[in-house]
Amino acid sequence: MLRPVLKDAAAIVGIAQTRFAKRLEPSEKALAAQVIVAALDEAGIAPSEVDGFASYTMETNDEVEIAKNIGAGPVTFFSQVGYGGGAGPACVGHLAMAIATGQCRVGVAWRARKRGSGGRPWAGAAQASANATWTRPYGLLRPVDEIAMLTRRYMHESGATREHLANVALAVRGMANRNPNAVMYEKTLTRDEYMAARWISEPLCLFDNCLETDGALACVLVSAERARDCRPRPVLVHAFGQGLPPQSHTMVNYWCEDPLRGPAWTCASQLYRNSDIRAQDLDVAQLYDAFTPLIPLSLEGYGFCGRGEGAAFTEGGALELGGRLPINTSGGGLSEAYVHGFNLILEGVRQLRGTSTSQVPDAETCLVTGGEGVPTSALILRRAA
Amino acid sequence: MTTAAPSGPLLPPIDEDSAPFFEGCRRGELRMQRCSATGRLIFPPRPMSPFAPHAEPTWTTLSGRGSVWSFVVPHPPLLPWYAERAPYNVILVALDEDPHVRLAGNLVAGPGASLASVDPATLRIGLRVRAIFETLAGDVVVPRWVRDGA
Repeated sequence: MLRPVLKDAAAIVGIAQTRFAKRLEPSEKALAAQVIVAALDEAGIAPSEVDGFASYTMETNDEVEIAKNIGAGPVTFFSQVGYGGGAGPACVGHLAMAIATGQCRVGVAWRARKRGSGGRPWAGAAQASANATWTRPYGLLRPVDEIAMLTRRYMHESGATREHLANVALAVRGMANRNPNAVMYEKTLTRDEYMAARWISEPLCLFDNCLETDGALACVLVSAERARDCRPRPVLVHAFGQGLPPQSHTMVNYWCEDPLRGPAWTCASQLYRNSDIRAQDLDVAQLYDAFTPLIPLSLEGYGFCGRGEGAAFTEGGALELGGRLPINTSGGGLSEAYVHGFNLILEGVRQLRGTSTSQVPDAETCLVTGGEGVPTSALILRRAA
Repeated sequence: MTTAAPSGPLLPPIDEDSAPFFEGCRRGELRMQRCSATGRLIFPPRPMSPFAPHAEPTWTTLSGRGSVWSFVVPHPPLLPWYAERAPYNVILVALDEDPHVRLAGNLVAGPGASLASVDPATLRIGLRVRAIFETLAGDVVVPRWVRDGA
């Protein structure tokens, strides 16, 4: 059997983020460079030591520009991961693999996006893309329409209702209401307000949708050995997985045997394969939440419950602080910031440092996932001993 | 590639993989690829069969019948052509020949009727439907769906 080289080999030792807002003035390039340097400052590592980069294919700033701006040294590893919100954990995972195999020594992962002020990706379309030949001409225009289709079926098969989706929206909003950096920090949400909200794509309403945010975030990885000499408490990358199931189609995963068993299931099988930590051992989870129904689907995919049981899992305050599995403790994409899920990674780190504004007491392990419904990725992070 | 007028519907980008499907639509037939080794339907169309990579996919004509697997009712903000018709329906049709192939489309009251011609309150998962064909623009023809028996 292969030795699991990745397990606990690399650690996150620096994190930084900009303010989150509907509109930030600096360019995505300026935001990215600033936030990367801030993360390196936190780690106590000079930019000239950076020799590894990972980001999203949807990131507008490439490694060349970033390296030039921050004054990176000779760079020996660079990787871009596709599929939007599926990419975040994989950026960290790729760096951890590169560090574990000696391809780089100081890795930076980042995401800078002006999705708040920069416009909606689907709104400028004059023709469907090749990927969307079979769906967009019929009016499945937006990601919310594509996920609403799975949601309706999920409700039909599992007995899930809008009450379950409200459980998700309210739990995550409650987290944001304790996080001064969250866009929705001062805006509470009641169940009545959720139920009365306008439709976006039935059966999904306004509050089933994530925010539209400008922001940038970065994290710094080094070997677990070197991490012991860094200022912040190291957070180890314990396990990493990616998932692209058979006959999957990005976002409109309608032509496989069971569209409700999405990429999360494939990703989870790899994630847990080399992990000492199982779903039942996880203290807290940061689950990609571009839309509320991704939470029950992810709870199922990552093994917290069986297929069709994710909605029931949300009952009784299970996702809230003090519940069975607190999720998205900074407010997630629904209520902190929608930055393609990179805020979930940073919040995972804060939980294991003990510095979250919705701290799970003595949290030692945290799951961080990318988007369900697209080729995805996930991490299990753990506190260094 | 054909491009839509900004005020029109989004047109499917017809390429060498999808062209036989849309040629079928122009002739009023719902066509799909079939694996020549296993007989299984292949969708979306592609150069190779995932079920038998050495067997070339062939094209076959289907009954055009199926049942609604799921549906949504989009509301604005939407592209202009769709916003003018919202709220409309989009359905996924599980085809009789292979229910794992779920075609997206719109349930309409009849030929030429609008995307919003069916009351969303009457939509149900499991509803029996059949394909009709409608010209979107120029020579681009796509399936629409009506209640089977209607």
